[in-house]
Amino acid sequence: MNSLDAAFSALADPTRRAILARLAKGEATVNELTKPFEMTQPAISQHLKVLEDAGLIVRRVEGAKRPRRLANAGIAAMDQWLAMLRKALEKNYDRLDGVLAEMELKKGEKR
Amino acid sequence: MSKLTLKTEGDTHIIVTRRFAAPPEAVYRAHTDPKLIQKWLLGPEGWTMPVCNIEPKAGGKFRYEWKNGKGGGFHITGEFVELEPFSRIVHIERMHLPDATPDNHVETRFDADGTGTLMTIRMTLPDTQTRAGMLASGMEPGMEASYVRLEGMI
Repeated sequence: MNSLDAAFSALADPTRRAILARLAKGEATVNELTKPFEMTQPAISQHLKVLEDAGLIVRRVEGAKRPRRLANAGIAAMDQWLAMLRKALEKNYDRLDGVLAEMELKKGEKR
Repeated sequence: MSKLTLKTEGDTHIIVTRRFAAPPEAVYRAHTDPKLIQKWLLGPEGWTMPVCNIEPKAGGKFRYEWKNGKGGGFHITGEFVELEPFSRIVHIERMHLPDATPDNHVETRFDADGTGTLMTIRMTLPDTQTRAGMLASGMEPGMEASYVRLEGMI
C-alpha cells in the first residue's frame, strides 16, 4: 500500500478522523484520548497504530508517556477531506438554486 | 460540471466560490432570511434545521440548530460584524460539539456576474491545526454527528 492509500484508508474510519481532529487541537496521550471517546484503551491504541503507520501522527517520549501529535502528512491528508466537504456544500447550494428559482417565480407572480 | 470551488489559501484560510443564476439581492436574502435559510442550509439528506434564529445587523447574533432525525444534532452560534446589503456579509461563528470550536471569521461577498451572482466565501481560522481539525470533523453535519457521538453521547 503506498502512503496515500494508507492515509486514505486510515481516514476512512470516523473514529480516526475524530482522533485527528482532537490532535489538531494539540498533542494528547492515549489516556487523554480514551476518555472523551468512551472507548477502551486497547481500541484507541489500535486506531493510533493505524494512524501512525499511515504517517499521519507521530509520538514522542516523555518519561512513561507517549504523547501523540499530528504529523505534517496528517495535516495534508485532512486537507484531502476538502473533497468530502465540497460534496456537502454542493448539496446545500444545489438546494439554494431551487430556493432562488422559487423566489424568482413568486416575484413574477406578484407582477 | 461543478460550479463550486473550494480551496485552502495560506495557512489559515478556506475559500469557497459558487455561481448562482439569481442576482445578488436574491442570494443575499437567502442568506439572511431564516425562512429561506431553513430550506437549503441542511447538509446531507435527512438533516433539518429546526432552529434558525438570526438578527442580521452589525453586532446581531445568530443560532442555527441541526437535527438528523435519529437523535443526533449540533448547533452553531455566531455574531454579525458587518452587513452591506446586498453585496457583503462578515460574521464570526463557532460550532458547539458541545465544546465550542475556535472562532471562524467568515466574509461572504455577492458580486454581480452577468445576470447572476458570484459568491465568494473567505474563512479565516486562528491557525493551521484548527483549520485541519475543522476540515476533518466539522462543517459537514454527517461527519459532525459521528464526532458528537464519539464525544460521549452514545
